[in-house]
Amino acid sequence: MELDKKETQSQQNMEHNSTGLRILWTELVRDKLALVSLIMLIVIVVFVYGISFVMDQDEIVKVDLFSIHEPPSKEFILGTDYGGRDVFGQLIIGTRNSLSIGFIVTFLSGVIGVIFGLVAGYFGGHIDNILMRVLDFFQVLPFIMLVIVFVSIVPNYTIVAFSLIFTAFSWMGIARLIRSKALQEKELDYVQASKTLGTSHFKIIFREVMPNISSLIIVTMTLNLASNIGLESGLSFLGFGFPESTPSLGTLLSYATNPQTLENRWWIWVPAAVMILVLMLAVRNVGEALRRATDARQRKG
Amino acid sequence: MWKFIVRRLVITFPQLILLSVLIFLLAQAMPGDALTGLVDPNIDPETIEEQREKLGLNKPWYEKYIDWVGGVVQGDFGQSFRYKMPVTDLIEERIVNTFWLSVTALIFTYIIAVPLGMISGRYNDTILDSSIAGYTYIGFATPLFIFALVLLWIFGFHFQWFPTGGSVAPGLEPGTLEYVMSRIQHLILPALSIAIIQTVSTVQYLRSEIVDTKQKDFVITARAKGASESRVYNRHILRNSLLPIAAFFGYEITMLITGTIFVEQIFSFPGMGQLFIESVLQRDFSVVNAVVLLFGAAAILGALLSDIILSMVDPRIRIK
Repeated sequence: MELDKKETQSQQNMEHNSTGLRILWTELVRDKLALVSLIMLIVIVVFVYGISFVMDQDEIVKVDLFSIHEPPSKEFILGTDYGGRDVFGQLIIGTRNSLSIGFIVTFLSGVIGVIFGLVAGYFGGHIDNILMRVLDFFQVLPFIMLVIVFVSIVPNYTIVAFSLIFTAFSWMGIARLIRSKALQEKELDYVQASKTLGTSHFKIIFREVMPNISSLIIVTMTLNLASNIGLESGLSFLGFGFPESTPSLGTLLSYATNPQTLENRWWIWVPAAVMILVLMLAVRNVGEALRRATDARQRKG
Repeated sequence: MWKFIVRRLVITFPQLILLSVLIFLLAQAMPGDALTGLVDPNIDPETIEEQREKLGLNKPWYEKYIDWVGGVVQGDFGQSFRYKMPVTDLIEERIVNTFWLSVTALIFTYIIAVPLGMISGRYNDTILDSSIAGYTYIGFATPLFIFALVLLWIFGFHFQWFPTGGSVAPGLEPGTLEYVMSRIQHLILPALSIAIIQTVSTVQYLRSEIVDTKQKDFVITARAKGASESRVYNRHILRNSLLPIAAFFGYEITMLITGTIFVEQIFSFPGMGQLFIESVLQRDFSVVNAVVLLFGAAAILGALLSDIILSMVDPRIRIK
C-alpha cells in the first residue's frame, strides 16, 4: 500500500519534471483528434514510401495510348489519365514526392529561419534592426511570382534547384517568430550568467538558447510543413513545380484545368484533391496540439 | 505621427529600389535582349553589333540599370517579344480586369468576415461559434486552387449558374447595361472563391478582438448606463474591433496577388495573373518583368499604407 503511494508520488514527480519534449508527447496523446491524425500520417507515409519502393516510377509515367481516360476498373483502381497512365500509381508517387519536398523545404527553411532569428534576437540593437529590414523586404515580396520567375530562368532545372528556390523565399515566417522569442530569452538570468562567465556567443546561442526554445521550433516547423505541402502542390498545379516525369499531387490536379477532365473525369483529380486536404488537415491537427502544449494555459491535461 | 510616417517612408524607398535591382538582375539573367526577335537572322553580325552599340546594350550594367529605371518611371517597359507591342499597352488592357476582380474579392471578404466574426465573437463558445470555427478550420487547410476548381465544377459546369471562363460574354456592346451585367456575372465566382478562403484569418482575428474587447471597462460602463445589448455590440464593441481589421487591407494585397494568379488561371480570366503565367511559359520576359515589378511595388505600397493607417488607429505602434 505504502509502496503504491510512493510509486504514484514518484510518477507525479516525474510528470512534474518532464521536459519540453515529454510535454509535447503527453499533449499529443491526450488530444484524440491529433493522435488519430498522427497515426493516419504515419500510415500514409509508411504506405506511400513502402509501395513506391515496389513500384517503378518509370513504369507509371510511361504513356500507354491504348488505355487513355479509362474510368476506374479492376485493372486500374483509379482509372487512367490522358496519357493512359495509371492514376492510382501517380497518386502514390505524387504523394511521396509532395511529402518529400515538403520535408526538405521545411527542414532547410527551418534551419535558415532559426539561425537568422536567433542571431537577430540574441544580439539585438543595430544587428537586429538591419536583419529585420532585410526580412521585411523578403516578406513583402509576392512569393509565388518570384518562385515562378526563378524556376523558369534556372538552367538545367532539377528537384534540388526547386527546393533551394522554394527555401529562399519561405524562411521569413519562422525567423520572425524565433527572433521575438530570442529577444525575450536573452534577458533571462542564465544567458546573463553565461555571458559573465565568458562563454562565447556562438555557444550561448546554439547550446543554451536554442535548446530552450526547441519546442517552439518543432511546433512552427510542423505547421510550416502543412503550408509547404499546399504551396508546392499549388506551384505544380500552375506547372512550375516538378517536371511532368516526376508527378506531384499538384500535377494530377493540373489535369483538371482541361474542362472535359474537370466535368466528366473526376477520378483523375478528386483523389489528389482529397489527399492534399487530408494531409494538410492531419499535419495541422498535430501542429495545433503541439502548439497548445507549448502554452501552459491552453493545455488540455 | 509625422515622424513615424517619415521613418516608414525611409524604409519604403530602399525596398522599392532593391525590388527594381532584383528584377533588373533577373532580366539580365534571362535569355535574349531587346533586339531578340526583332532582327532578321540573315543580317551580318557587324550590323547587329552596331545596332547594339546604338541602343546602349553594350554599356556596363549600372548604366543599363539607370536607363531602364528612367524608362520605367516614364511608363516605358519596352516591347513585348511575342505580341510585338509596347508592354505598357498590353498591361493596360489587363490591369483593369484584375483591378475589378481584386476589388470585388475584397468586398466579398469583408461582407463575409464582419458578420461571421461578430457572431462568433458575441456568442463565443456556443454551437454557432463552433460551426464558424469549423468553417475557418477547413478553410485554413484548403488550398485556394482546389477550392476554386470545386466551385467551378459545381456552379460552373454542374448547375451552370455562372459562366466558366472569360471576363465578358462575346458580342456585347461596351457601355450597355447587358455588358456590365455580363462582366459582373463573370466576376462573381472567381472573386467569391478568393474571398471565402482569404477571409478565414480575418474572421478569426475579428473574433478574438471582440472577445477581448467584451471584458474592457468601457463596455461594462455602457451596460451600466443602460445601453441595450445590441447597442453595446454594434456601437461600442464593433467600432473598436473593426479599425485594426480595416487597416489590414493593405497587407491583403500580397494575398490578393497570389489569389488572382491561381484564380485567373482556373477561370481563364484575362487579367494580370494570367498574363504573367502566359508570358513566363512563352518566355516573353519583358512582360514578366513589368508584371513582377508592378505587383511587387503594389505589395510594398500596400504594406506602407497599412502601417500608416494602423499607426493612426493605434498609437502604441508609433513608439518603437
